[in-house]
Amino acid sequence: MHGEPNQLKYTDIHNDVVRSIVETGPNYYIALVTAFALTLICFFFPWFYQLYYGIGAAGMNHPSVWGTYLASFIFWIGLSHSGTLLSCVLHITNSSWRKAMYRSAEAMTLFSLVVAAIMVMVHVGRPWFIHWAAPYPNQMEMWPNFRSPLLFDVMAITTYLTGSTIFIYMGSIPDFAAVRDRTRGWRNTMYSLMSLGWRGTDTEWHRLHWAYTFLAVLIIPLAVSVHSIVSWDFAMSIVPALHQTIFAPYFVVGAIYSGTAGIVTVMFVLRKFMDFGQYITELHFDNLGKLLLVLSLLWTYINVVEVFTGFYSGASGETEALNYRLFGFYAPLYWEMITFCAIAPLLCAFKSFRTSFVPMLVLSIAINIGMYTERFLIVATSLSRQYLPDAWGLYVPSAVEISILLGTFALFTTLFLLFVKVFPSVSMYEVKETMESPKKSPPAASEGSPA
Amino acid sequence: MSFLDRITEGWRKNRKPGYYEDFDYHWAMTIDLDQCSGCGACVTACQAENNLPIVGEDAFTKGREIKWLRIEHYWEGEYPDVKLNVIPMMCQHCDSAPCETVCPVSATYHNQDGLNTQIYNRCIGTRSCAVYCPYEVRYFNYNDHTWESPLDQQLNPDVSVREKGVMEKCTFCIQRIRQAKDNAKDDGRRRVRDGEVQPACVQTCPSKAMVFGDRNDPQSQVSQSLNDPRSYKVLDELNTNSSVVYLKKVEAEG
Repeated sequence: MHGEPNQLKYTDIHNDVVRSIVETGPNYYIALVTAFALTLICFFFPWFYQLYYGIGAAGMNHPSVWGTYLASFIFWIGLSHSGTLLSCVLHITNSSWRKAMYRSAEAMTLFSLVVAAIMVMVHVGRPWFIHWAAPYPNQMEMWPNFRSPLLFDVMAITTYLTGSTIFIYMGSIPDFAAVRDRTRGWRNTMYSLMSLGWRGTDTEWHRLHWAYTFLAVLIIPLAVSVHSIVSWDFAMSIVPALHQTIFAPYFVVGAIYSGTAGIVTVMFVLRKFMDFGQYITELHFDNLGKLLLVLSLLWTYINVVEVFTGFYSGASGETEALNYRLFGFYAPLYWEMITFCAIAPLLCAFKSFRTSFVPMLVLSIAINIGMYTERFLIVATSLSRQYLPDAWGLYVPSAVEISILLGTFALFTTLFLLFVKVFPSVSMYEVKETMESPKKSPPAASEGSPA
Repeated sequence: MSFLDRITEGWRKNRKPGYYEDFDYHWAMTIDLDQCSGCGACVTACQAENNLPIVGEDAFTKGREIKWLRIEHYWEGEYPDVKLNVIPMMCQHCDSAPCETVCPVSATYHNQDGLNTQIYNRCIGTRSCAVYCPYEVRYFNYNDHTWESPLDQQLNPDVSVREKGVMEKCTFCIQRIRQAKDNAKDDGRRRVRDGEVQPACVQTCPSKAMVFGDRNDPQSQVSQSLNDPRSYKVLDELNTNSSVVYLKKVEAEG
């Protein structure tokens, strides 16, 4: 428990956070309109064109039938990982530094998952029949194929999305109540409904903490399983360089890695533009930097193992795929990925680097560029070099694909901008738990943790 | 029998939904590479029989041509001492097909004739089957296709025209197999006679390199051909149990 050096009071927290919801400057509207316009132009228009024309609007071809859409899907699923997962792990390990940042991290999870789910729609050839992949009773008496790793995926992501939604919502209830008590008009009505009649009694606190911890413990294995299952989409195939047992841990580590980097980016933005400098401090960047270092080392280790097993197998398909990845057409991308994800994060070994904000922002963005490249390479290099040399090909993304890729970021930003105006983006009651108690007990002091 | 054994037994009995221990027919094909000249008549026949779209120059250069049956070319040696090896490649109708397990909506499955079938109406276009197929014989409709007049007049009414976003592949001319089975039933026969049904490629092959028939019938021409010492399966090491067997080309100089 660290006392804030600048003597924050409980009231200040309420004021700051409620202000971030209620008071909206012109900059916010400019940002929101820009993000929304970009979403329309870069994401929805190309997508509608693709729906009309067919997947041919993208650059995919005969051997490389998967492309950036699937890479984006894995990327966004990966980005979703650190939010709720990290929040859960830090919650059950009682790491108090989590408390200022976890709400925005969990929102990141939620919106990344939403974007990922939309990417599935963009990816498939006939998205108007996507509901066939869900098991529901129907007049055709047809069920989906329960042996398919893609179906496991549908199940895992739906479960994870449900779990994270409940988790973020439940953790916000006391804060909704706090906002309810400080607003009037339609906001008061809305937060009254959202806070589900929270009064702040001891019983309510007790139940909240119990349920919150229960969900945290439940979500950790769920999050690990989600990305393992996403990796099975690839690893269950017999395509050289995809058919690898290391893929499940590889994807999980990669997901947490890119997600942690994503949190660093989001926290920098929140700190810069929402005046949360007192809550998101050097301590958070320091700790996240340490985490990034550990994850980058793990990620590097798995990459070395992947290359080694490919080489050691001696199978012609495997060695060809490996050779192509390291030295073929896409090799510059591969080495870019190694630079950004394996070498650059080593800077996190220095405390002076970890505690400086701008370099950490640059690093976090570089890591996520590298991680996107990783997903792209997994799809592109493996599919263009399969068993029969006559069917080898080359895949280059089309303009529509690149536009949609950029559009997903605009979509994510739009969702996030809407979020910060609805949800208290810093958990008020938990930040208060980390502070020293004031000498004189304020009226709302019941927010202390009974746990 | 212990309790555990009984459970295992019951599980084994019920664990293969949609799968057949014994096929009614087990359609198979052999292709004698010694007789194949790589002329491409089979490719054309397939195109005409199965309503394959003519994708056009633009899509062709993008690598999106749809050929259920293609002739693969492998060159050996340096000029002028070069040799060309050809091998016709189509859906191998694997009995342990990787594509069947991955389809989330069961749009591709194994039927009781040992055929790997594709249900166009059910396909949602995840394209995962094409990724999982090691033979690269599944083709995706990247957009809707049209047939310029008079080509639209020669579309085969027995075969559906596929729309955009749907995967397609060689069916062993399942429409002909259906027809032959119906004929056999109408004639009061229990089974289709050997040689009564031929896919378009087999029918067209000028050098009679392709043989098609029922592997369940030990007397059939294809069963005889399967026992040839030259027979091998492409990528057999992947354990796909394919139904297309190639007869190795005999080299003059060993």
